[in-house]
Amino acid sequence: MPQYMLSVVEDGTQAFDKMPKEELQQIMADVDAFSDTVREAGKWVFAGGLEPIEASTVVDGRGESPVITDGPFSESKEYLGGFWIISAADLDEALDWAARGSKACAAKVEVRPFDEATG
Amino acid sequence: MTDVEEVFRAEYGRVVAGLVRRFGDIDIAEEALADALVIALQRWPRDGVPPNPAAWLTRVAGNKAIDRLRREKVRDDKYAEAAMLTDDTPAEPTGPVTDDRLRLIFTCCHPALASENRIALTLRLLGGLTVAEIAHAFLVPETTMAQRITRAKAKIKQARIPYRVPMGDDLPNRMAGVLAVLYLIFNEGYLSTTAASVREDLCTEAIRLTRQLREASVALGPPMDQTQPEVLGLLALMLLLDARRPARVRDGLLVTLPDQDRSAWNSDQIEEGHALVRQCLALNRPGPYQIQAAINAVHTDAPDASAVDWSQVVALYDQLAALTPSPIVALNRAVAVAELDGPQVALAIVDDLDLGSYHAFHATRADLLRRLGRYDEAREAYGQAIALTENEAERAWLASRQASCG
Repeated sequence: MPQYMLSVVEDGTQAFDKMPKEELQQIMADVDAFSDTVREAGKWVFAGGLEPIEASTVVDGRGESPVITDGPFSESKEYLGGFWIISAADLDEALDWAARGSKACAAKVEVRPFDEATG
Repeated sequence: MTDVEEVFRAEYGRVVAGLVRRFGDIDIAEEALADALVIALQRWPRDGVPPNPAAWLTRVAGNKAIDRLRREKVRDDKYAEAAMLTDDTPAEPTGPVTDDRLRLIFTCCHPALASENRIALTLRLLGGLTVAEIAHAFLVPETTMAQRITRAKAKIKQARIPYRVPMGDDLPNRMAGVLAVLYLIFNEGYLSTTAASVREDLCTEAIRLTRQLREASVALGPPMDQTQPEVLGLLALMLLLDARRPARVRDGLLVTLPDQDRSAWNSDQIEEGHALVRQCLALNRPGPYQIQAAINAVHTDAPDASAVDWSQVVALYDQLAALTPSPIVALNRAVAVAELDGPQVALAIVDDLDLGSYHAFHATRADLLRRLGRYDEAREAYGQAIALTENEAERAWLASRQASCG
């Protein structure tokens, strides 16, 4: 079955660090519940939440010795906060899961198919 | 257009949709049908058009597709397999036969495709227009349009946009999306910024596609029949607008509804539009297209401009505003209110609307100010409308109105 990556798009509007604790706990509970639903439906492949973007480091190993820089690879205001990889019959099913995931994690979700030739 | 080309275009959507279903790939279906056209162009002029051209084209194109697939299978087995579109629709031996065009239009108008790509794909695959014709109609270079269509088809394949009629709760929304695409195609022709006749063809094309959609969806039971009234409503709306097209422009100037020569209107289209509006009323599931069609039916029902039942028009706009509140609906309602309660009342409504970047807002305001004798303000408002209008006939008309204020 085809696989899709559901990427959680953090766009700075959520401000999790300023969010009341109860609200944050509710989001985490909702995300867990959503992940359980994906598992129960047999659509689960893999998932992960990421540490804040400030924790990222970019490595460029194309030269003779690797160049290491602090921070994200782009200055974009939007970045990847976490992801689910699911299996789905087609885009409509993937979009349906994404809508539920988006509600659970209180963020936009980008749906992107895996290139099956490399799978 | 030759006879063969005309038949080919009329049957294109039906045949290509069936081939997509059979072979699971849009490109294979299109290439096979193009091959079949080459043969039709050789044989039909000599032997005559076959009694069932769609069946002939389906058979010949089907054989061509199998030839092509055999060649590709030898060349690259895995690629051919990856190219398949998903179709998990179970066979329904007892249920109503789903018209393949219906599946295809839902694929072409899928919300995961950009709006301009939905339009291009629908005209190409359901309408059978060539890429060159679509490019010409939308005033973009042919290479740009070709890229747009190629990209859209690639996304359908890569993201696996399904080839089926959406089910359940999704259907009303998705049908609204399909109707929006058809209405955009119509408006592109109807509100075209140039007077080129090829753009008027888009109106004809949109009507033809909406007829196809009606035909394809009519055999389906619930919940498709719940969406049927809006399909009829859109068809009625297009017919009633298109009927007035011959009277809309005179000597390069836009002619507004009250001043149009009603004898130039297309009476067949009006009759069909009115019958559809009556059918919608009987179905009693009002929606935005049906109400807009009803408003236009009130206009086309009046023997002359002074006989329009404006209280009926205002009541219909009230209904439309309740269903789809928007400042543009409020603006159009104000135009009717001006006829019923006078320009002063209408101007108070218009002045409250936040539509400063919309040319029709300034044109409406200008007209109301002119009727109230406030000529300085009217001239200024006409100026703002002209600055925001790209349509030549409309600009010319606004300028003549502006000159008359004083």
